[in-house]
This record gives sequence, structure tokens and C-alpha cells, in this order.
Amino acid sequence: MNIHEYQAKETLKKFGVAIQEGIVAETPEEAVEAAKKLTEQTGTQWWVIKAQIHAGGRGKGGGVKLAKSLDEVKEIASQIIGMTLVTPQTGPEGKLVRKVLVAQDVYYPGESEPAEFYMSVLLNRSTGRNIIMYSTEGGMDIEEVAEKTPHLIFKEEIDPKVGLMPFQARKIAFNLGLSGKAFKEMTKFVSALYKAYEATDSSLFEINPVLKTSDDRIIAVDAKVNLDDNALFRHPDLAAMRDLNEEDPIEVEADQAGLNYVKLDGNVGCMVNGAGLAMATMDMIKLYGGEPANFLDVGGTADAARVEKAFRIILKDPNVKAILVNIFGGIVRCDRVAQGIVDAYKNIGDIPVPIIVRLQGTNAEEAKKLIDESGLKVLSAVELKEAAEKVKEVLSQVNA
Amino acid sequence: MSVLVNKDSKVIVQGFTGSEGTFHASQMIEYGTQVVGGVTPGKGGQTHLDRPVFNTVAEAVEKTGANVSIIFVPPAFAADAIMEAAQAGIDVIVAITEGIPTKDMVAVKEYLSDKNVTLIGPNCPGVITAGEAKVGIMPGFIFKPGKIGIVSKSGTLTYEAADQIVKAGLGISTAIGIGGDPIIGTSTKDAVEMFMNDPETDAIVMIGEIGGSMEADAARWIKENGTKPVVGFIAGQTAPPGRRMGHAGAIVGGAEDTAAAKMKIMRECGIHVVESPADIGQTMAEVMGVNA
Repeated sequence: MNIHEYQAKETLKKFGVAIQEGIVAETPEEAVEAAKKLTEQTGTQWWVIKAQIHAGGRGKGGGVKLAKSLDEVKEIASQIIGMTLVTPQTGPEGKLVRKVLVAQDVYYPGESEPAEFYMSVLLNRSTGRNIIMYSTEGGMDIEEVAEKTPHLIFKEEIDPKVGLMPFQARKIAFNLGLSGKAFKEMTKFVSALYKAYEATDSSLFEINPVLKTSDDRIIAVDAKVNLDDNALFRHPDLAAMRDLNEEDPIEVEADQAGLNYVKLDGNVGCMVNGAGLAMATMDMIKLYGGEPANFLDVGGTADAARVEKAFRIILKDPNVKAILVNIFGGIVRCDRVAQGIVDAYKNIGDIPVPIIVRLQGTNAEEAKKLIDESGLKVLSAVELKEAAEKVKEVLSQVNA
Repeated sequence: MSVLVNKDSKVIVQGFTGSEGTFHASQMIEYGTQVVGGVTPGKGGQTHLDRPVFNTVAEAVEKTGANVSIIFVPPAFAADAIMEAAQAGIDVIVAITEGIPTKDMVAVKEYLSDKNVTLIGPNCPGVITAGEAKVGIMPGFIFKPGKIGIVSKSGTLTYEAADQIVKAGLGISTAIGIGGDPIIGTSTKDAVEMFMNDPETDAIVMIGEIGGSMEADAARWIKENGTKPVVGFIAGQTAPPGRRMGHAGAIVGGAEDTAAAKMKIMRECGIHVVESPADIGQTMAEVMGVNA
């Protein structure tokens, strides 16, 4: 699960991670009040107005701006709140901005030059251990750094037996070229950050940039936090941070029905049992001339109610020109799934697009017979290849 | 003697008396698996499915001589159950449970690292040695005995592959569902290595998906050490980056964990890679010189 920058920063702060302070606002008036309050708390003279959406690259799309007066705070906040922000990560349709974070200006002049670093905490899947990844090249796209200057990216692996050790925090601070007060602050920052990662059951922390201010403090200026969905049951406070506005409404509806659905851009909808087979079915649709319109795993119990819900969800997408149902019935008998499909079809009424149903496994032949004799406009198949050929055939008719 | 489990394996079920445990234990017994008992803390001394229930895995091992355990314990308690089995001296642990927090699995991996135990899963369909023992939730009848080993991250895709292999006139030695989570006990490479060393296996089907580097690691190992033909498929060629496709581990993070990148590496390492999941059986038949 993703959370907003302001939520991520609040969470980090609880664990002693120094952050760029800020106050969230939902209207331009609230933004002005937030700015005043922030100046009382931090003494900041300028304010950064940051759009709160679940996507990176906000600055590039005009979602992060500096305000030098309260009038500017109001003006900028009214521009950003309600705008559809398009960034490299939102896709061309963009995302509606509902909230802004009014944050303190941390790039103030002082005794030393400010410096930006990159830091993330994540799982190294090949060793099954967490790593802290960091770089002197902060504030830029880390993929680009990895490509152009891979020697500037460092990794520190954490031994789960003992956790992050002080020597590792020191090594990170040294590798970032720090000394004196900034060095000490960085070791504290790293320790607190790792503690927060562990305590929140996160799957990714990305702090970009980590800023060394002109008075040698180390703070998180941005924060991306991904939480482990499987661990949310033990963090009700974090689970409550979920913002359904940031998710595709159809995906939310599917999730509530126990269906795993991801919307894609193609023209052939699919309904499959099992995540691996679902991906494989999408691939096959593409190989046979279509484009998958979605990923949909109906799970282990493909009964009539779930099949009906799945059909209704797939049909909400106007781009869908055909639907392929691919169920490998193991413990679930295919004839029961077939009956479910027939019942669902009748309940929905007239489904306007051709449907290809491939049922394989226990009682597959009986299932095929059931579909064929139902009188519905449904093509049936037993072998995967047969189903793929039928998708191709249907598409050529649709496109003709 | 095929891989991991066989007709002599003595299996206990952790989470025996729950609905999942009960249903799948019955199916395993029906398949012919030697299920010698089960563990449900607090229900020790009872009898379930005509078999003894124990409070602890240690007691179950002591009384029944069990060497394999299958776990149906809910996600919040599953890591504990795996570690209990390992501590009790179980040789092969099959964790079916879906949804175990990653942090728990980091601890499990560390705990198992100095013990002589093999963990399969979690979030997997289990292991089946055709005609001998089913320690999992797969439909047994699809897996007709033969000489092809299957390793896969996905459940239903394993059944699909097995079905195609059988229809192509071949059969299965052992099928291992290794699971689709970010941290799993047995990697693709580990499973491939078992099959390469197994005299009952002549060729291998290796099915992977987007995310992580396990297939690439396995492919490089095969290039160096492989002695048997391998047919491979990677699911998720059409999956967009950054979106999780069902399995917690099935998400494209970088340039090297896409389906295309994995397939390229596998091809370069001499694996017979199929583009379509419908071609697994036929390709294996061609590789083995069988007329399908």
C-alpha cells in the first residue's frame, strides 16, 4: 500500500527521523493558515507548496512550487488544488490533486553549502535481507544515476540477527563525504530511518533528497513509503492511511469482492484463476493479435456469484471487445464453473461482446457440453491453444 | 527416488484441524500420501481423520517419525509454524499459507540458514511426486508419472504445464511449486539443481514470472552445470512496470526483471524458451523426440 508524502513524513517523525516540517491543507485558505502556523513553529520565511498524489515526478508536472509571500501561498495553492497533475508516473490522464503539503523552506543560506543525497531501504530478494541503498547524487532520478554513474550508488546489507549496526551507519556517513556535525546527524538519521522501516513493516522507503542543510542538519525533504500489504493486519493506524481516491475505483470494487483486478489498456478482457496463469493468458492474448484489457484473478472459488461480479467489472471498461475466460479447474470441478458462467450470463442479461470460455481440468468435457448446449453466444474450448485461436478468430470479426 | 517427497515420506499437517488443513489432508490421504498425523496446539491427544493430533511438532516427530510437514497455519502465525518444524528436525517443510509478512520471512530465512532443512514456499501449491506422494493442494490426477520435472512459481500454471506434458505423451517425475512471494525457501535454481541430480528426471520445465532474478540465476547455473534439456516460460510479458500482478513478488522493478529480459538470458543459456504458454507440452515433446 502507498501513502502520501505528508503521511510518510509524519510516520518517519514518530521514529525520530528529522524531516522537512509541513502542514497539509485542502483549500487555499487552509494553506495560508498552515503557512502562518509553520512560520510560528519553524521560523521559515518562504514556503514550498507540494501536491499530494501517489506518484513521483511531481515537480516536473508543476505540482511543487515555492511561495515567497502569503499571497503567493494562496495563489499557488489555488492553482495546485483541483489541478490534474500529469507526471512521468501518472500516465497521460494524470491525477486530480485534492491536498497540498505546505512545507518549510529548507534551502536557506548559511555557513556551508546545502547538499542533496539519495537514500532508500528495501529488500534484496536474492539474499532475503534488507539493504540501505544510498548515493551522493540526490534529487535526481535514481534509475538515471544507476545507468550513468553506477559507482556512485552504494549498498549496505543488514544482518537480521543483529539489525543495523553503528559501524554501518558510520560507513554510510563517511561514504557520503560528511564530517563534523553533519556526520553525526547522518548516523542518527540512518539509524532512525532503519528503525522506522522495521517497525512499520514497510517494503520500500525512498528518501530523495536527503538534505544536508546550510547549518549541517540532515533531513528528509521528500519521502516515499510503501507498506507491506500482508503486514497491515498488525498496523491498523497505518492501514487507516489508505486513500481510496488515489486508486482506480474499479480496482477498489474488485478488491472488495475478493477479486484481484488490474486495469490495462487493451481490448480483450480476461478472467482467470491463479496469478501466474492470469499473466500467461494476457501474454497469449497479445501473441494471438489482441491486447489484454486487464489482469483478473478470480481465485480458488470460481462460483456463480464471483464469476458474475468479474464479468460486470470487466464490462465496465468500454474498450473491451471480447472476453476470454480461462479456468484450470483442479479441486473446483469445471462443470460447476460452467454452470456458474451460464447463470452469471443469464443474470447480467445480454452481454454485448463475444465470450470465449476455456475450462480445463476435472470434468472439462462435461463443462464444454454444458456451455455448448446453453444456447448462449459463448464459444467454448478445452485446450489453451484452441482458446487462443478462437480469440484470434473473434478479433478478426470484430475488426472487420 | 525422485525429488523431495516419495511414497516413503511421512507427512504431518500443521493446522491439521482447520478447514483448509482438513480438506487438503483428506485429499492427500486419498492420493496415497502417508499422512501420519497433524499438529494443532491445544488439541493434542485428539484423533482427526483417523490420525493422531499433537500439540507440538517435536512431539509429532518423536511419536510418528515424520520427516515432512505441510503448513496450513494462518499468515499471522505461519512463520512461527515454519520455525517450529525446522527446530523439530523436519527435513522438508511445505508452506502453503498465502500472505505471510515479508519481515517474518526475513526472520525465517535467517533461522533456517544454519539448519539442514528444505523449505518450499510459502504461498505455493506444494510438491507432488507423481503416483507416490502429494504434499500440496494441486489436483493429483493431472500429474501422470513420467520423467519430466516441473518447477514453477505459479499454481494453476503448473497444472497447465503438467496437463500439456501428459497430453504430449510424457509424464511427470516431481512438480515443485516454489511460490510467488518475494522471499521463498527454495529458489528456481535450487529446484533445477535437484532435478539435474535426480536419476528419475530426464528433462525439466521451468516456469517463472516477472520480478526478481531467480530465473536468470537458474539459467546461468544451467549454462555452467546443466546436463538435461530445459523448456522455459516466463509469465508477464504484457505486465506494465510498477504494477503488482497478484503475487506479492510479481512486479517489474528494474530493467532486468522484465519477462523479455529473463527470456533473453534463458535463451542465451541454452534453455528452450516458449513465447506462448500453450506451447510448453509440444515443445517438450519435440525436445524429447516424442510425437505429440
